[in-house]
Amino acid sequence: MKRLATGGRIDRSKPLTVSFDGKSLPALQGDTLSAAMLAGGVSLVARSFKYHRPRGVFSAGVEEPGAMVHLRDGGRHEPNARATVIEAFDGLVSSSQNAWPNLNFDVGAVNNWASPFLSAGFYYKTFIGPFKHSTKFWMMCETFIRRAAGMGRATHQTDPDTYEKRNAFFDVLVIGGGVAGLSATLSAGRMGAQVMLVEQDFDLGGAVLSDPVGSESESWVSVVRDELLAMENVRLLTRTTAIGAYDGDTYALVERVSDHLKAPQNHQVRQRYWLVHAKRVIMATGAIERPLVFGGNDKPGVMLAGAARSYLNRHAILAGQNVVVATNNNSAYEVAADLSQAGASVQLVDMRVSVADSTQAIARAAGATVVLGHGVLEAKGVKAVNRAIIAPVDVSGRAIGPAKTLKTDLIAISGGWAPAVHLWSQRFGKPVHDKASAGFVAPDNPDCPIQAAGTTAAAASLDEVLTQGFNQGVAAAQAAGFTGDAGEIPVTFDTGPFWQAGLSPAWATFNAKGKCQGKAFVDFQHDVKINDIDQAHLEGYVSVEHLKRYTTLGMATDQGKLANINALSRMAELRGLEIPEVGTTTFRPPFTPTSIGSIVGHEHGRHFRPTRLSPIHHWHVENGAKMTEAGAWMRPWYYPETGEDLRAAYVREAAHVRGHVGMVDVSTLGKIAVQGPDAAEFLNRMYVNGWKTLAVGRLRYGVMLREDGFVMDDGATARLGEHDYFMSTTTVNAAKVLALAEHLLQTAWKDLRVHVTTVTDQWAAIAVAGPKSRALLSAVSDADLSREALPSNHFTKASIGSVEVRIHRMSYSGELAYEVYTPSGFGRHVWETIHAAGKAHNLRPYGTESMGALRIEKGHVAGPELEGRTTMKDLGLEGFASSKKPFVGSVLRKRPVLEDPERPILVGLEIEGEKGAKPGSLLFPADGEAKGHGDGWVSSTTWSPALGCNIAMGLLKNGKSRKGETIRVINFVGGETLTAKVVSHHFFDPKGERQNA
Amino acid sequence: MIRIKCPICGLRNETEFTYGEDANVNRPSMDEQGVQPWVDFVFNRDNPRGWHKEYWHHVQGCRQWVVLERNTLTHEIGNCELARDAKLPPSQASEAAE
Ligand SMILES: [Zn+2]
Repeated sequence: MKRLATGGRIDRSKPLTVSFDGKSLPALQGDTLSAAMLAGGVSLVARSFKYHRPRGVFSAGVEEPGAMVHLRDGGRHEPNARATVIEAFDGLVSSSQNAWPNLNFDVGAVNNWASPFLSAGFYYKTFIGPFKHSTKFWMMCETFIRRAAGMGRATHQTDPDTYEKRNAFFDVLVIGGGVAGLSATLSAGRMGAQVMLVEQDFDLGGAVLSDPVGSESESWVSVVRDELLAMENVRLLTRTTAIGAYDGDTYALVERVSDHLKAPQNHQVRQRYWLVHAKRVIMATGAIERPLVFGGNDKPGVMLAGAARSYLNRHAILAGQNVVVATNNNSAYEVAADLSQAGASVQLVDMRVSVADSTQAIARAAGATVVLGHGVLEAKGVKAVNRAIIAPVDVSGRAIGPAKTLKTDLIAISGGWAPAVHLWSQRFGKPVHDKASAGFVAPDNPDCPIQAAGTTAAAASLDEVLTQGFNQGVAAAQAAGFTGDAGEIPVTFDTGPFWQAGLSPAWATFNAKGKCQGKAFVDFQHDVKINDIDQAHLEGYVSVEHLKRYTTLGMATDQGKLANINALSRMAELRGLEIPEVGTTTFRPPFTPTSIGSIVGHEHGRHFRPTRLSPIHHWHVENGAKMTEAGAWMRPWYYPETGEDLRAAYVREAAHVRGHVGMVDVSTLGKIAVQGPDAAEFLNRMYVNGWKTLAVGRLRYGVMLREDGFVMDDGATARLGEHDYFMSTTTVNAAKVLALAEHLLQTAWKDLRVHVTTVTDQWAAIAVAGPKSRALLSAVSDADLSREALPSNHFTKASIGSVEVRIHRMSYSGELAYEVYTPSGFGRHVWETIHAAGKAHNLRPYGTESMGALRIEKGHVAGPELEGRTTMKDLGLEGFASSKKPFVGSVLRKRPVLEDPERPILVGLEIEGEKGAKPGSLLFPADGEAKGHGDGWVSSTTWSPALGCNIAMGLLKNGKSRKGETIRVINFVGGETLTAKVVSHHFFDPKGERQNA
Repeated sequence: MIRIKCPICGLRNETEFTYGEDANVNRPSMDEQGVQPWVDFVFNRDNPRGWHKEYWHHVQGCRQWVVLERNTLTHEIGNCELARDAKLPPSQASEAAE
């Protein structure tokens, strides 16, 4: 392999520092990494997935199955990077993957000899058969497969780069910047449509970029490009791949903004994810060359013919000196001619017996030898090809005469081309078979928003490519409502033969016995051989979808871009059917491997979702609170004093509330304004308890069910005025309750004159709890909070620090307690005012952990009990339900299965010993085998300062009759067994005397 | 990515909405005491192929519930109207109960 002195679309004045496995490569500006490898004489690039076979550069594009590397290092390290699409940049570092200890001597290559055991369906077969009663063998195999079935390794470091997302709207989106795409953009653009043209390469031209420099085609491209650049309604986007076609005419593109640089510059993003909404799409995505199947067709030195031409004309690299071009179609004649002209000795081996003289002349005139009616039986060589065994073959590719050996260092193969219909298929399903091109195309349907043009539509000549592109551009602009003049099609030019005319359907070569000689690969990336397909057929697989999963064909990162059609051809042969009868699979997004970063964009870490902060948040942080996440909210967890850990702090805080007075920020509670003349009736239907008698100035605890009868939420609602209620929900269920209320009011309960509005963010709420809470709030506010003036479940308006507040008498901790509501903007001011006044009363702030301890001591249910599987009866809340009126869930809560007396019900547990129970632990009787799910589980757990022991709440079968029983609490995850006594879950002050003080 | 034409807000991105449920089920009246109508309402759904009416909630917009026609085969989006205004066919569940 060598770089020629002249030619190519590279800048010889700009050498780049590029390395592979520590070896420096002679890269130039304009090269891809694979071009630099070929220029540097690197033929062995990677080891294959399953058999660890040596692999080299096989293609020059996105379809590359073999030349995958580790790219860059540190946080930018990227596995499975395809060398064929990585633009060389200064400072590029790459290394081989899936080889140990190194690429040349790879221990995993032993799999190559073990291949009979790794055949089709290996994964499935290992699960069953003689080992079905034990998982041991499978575990061993899994370890083996994981190690052996290697792809690259990802980094554990954080990606230092940023990514962004962008939406855009266009009349016409043209995908592919080759001749068809350029002419489509030209006509649609001339007619005035807003057009976006995307090209995955860094340059426009498509296949033209593989033509010799100075061709007529090149000047055509530059004329059209200039006209497009002058159009304000046309946007050209290179280095951008259309990866997905989605519902609603939405298309996903990934723009590789900085991938061609060592690192993003000037604060640019690494990649940009575009969501483009387009009325019409022209799919000018070209075609992908199909390989021929023969023994050793995966060896370094076997390459797609078009790729060999591309490396020659684009990168001035002659990939071999003694070249065998093997083909079943006309498109390889130009390849042979170009390679021959560049100085290689070329033998063109065509499987067809008769080829037009004019076509043969293309190769012969350039000095190539043409051998008709022959195919390559096998490529020989250990780590690189050095010989080709060729033989005369019949129309089905079977050898019919003596073989001979050709010395070669490059076998360039062409089995025809496959139109790249992926994007159409992603949206509309299975493409149809086109006999003339022996490929799959999108069916003809002028109403379809995605129209193919050029070789994507199997155009058979350059004239056709141009005309199709131009006409599709006109049609797309018209469909988008434009009627302007598209002008003339720019002058045409001459080009080499396309693949369709006279294509032979033979795609593989077999020896006289009808077998491929050696390992003949169909799916190069997943190491699926032709005999794997044969075996799947023998085992009875008839559906292509089953074949795909059984053999893993087409399931690698290249998604069968090279493999699909050859696999289908084999299936058809084996079943004696035509290809259309066998059918094909549907392509799925993305078209090419896509970085997670581009899909994620900014939405990671703290930006994954909004973080909600209480209006008092910053006070907590400034005063040393440890914060914790509660849904989207940040809440103070505990306020450690010197030397305190979580446990010491929450135990102190909880005890302090019972002994003195504490304050806690409860602004995160959901708050819903319920207003209107029918508000009481609405509450009557939403809550299980009655609301018609609630007087203005009072509040009431209520329970809500779901439609299916399980408990959804609980909370207190206050009646502020005649038609004005203030509902509170738990922090986590606020959105769910509001959405259900809105749904019912807008559908089934349209007759109710009620409006519900979230006011969660409008109000700050502070709970003040403890025996000294009355004294404190009486001192800091102007309100009369005496027992007579403000009994439990009443509220009053008051002023604290010159701010109007509402004080609800309401207790969650079980102590004498109040909730102070104030508009959010005054939240911190009111908090600080109470806090300052609290010095005289020994006030301490407390966090969610001690709040939890206090509520468990009282036996109040919370999130761990209201978990969607519990009924009122389970939780001992049944007494709240009114029997006089229907409410949401009132009928279904009485389903027999929910009334089963065996259902676990809420109990308290006093844990023996110093160690507390873990939530989720299972409950078992004191004796007997601990097996299965036990008699129940632990829901909430804490150390109780009031009781001086560890306590827990849980749900226990027949819990009512088991008070006093000693049971086992088993945490299978941690392997711990504790002993507990079953008690009432109202551990502390069961009569509620303290809160009514 | 679909876009939905909210009768209040206009053509908006799917991400502003949440799917609610099948809009062909009718909630029994509050005084319905029979278990079966409620079981049908909560649990029993048809799984039609083709055009279907669904409740969607414009949760990041006007907070209105809408009835959206969606083709379950092609994911095409059809008419969209406020749930408040929608005339819905009687559900099979309630027919069966009659
Ligand atoms: Zn809306």
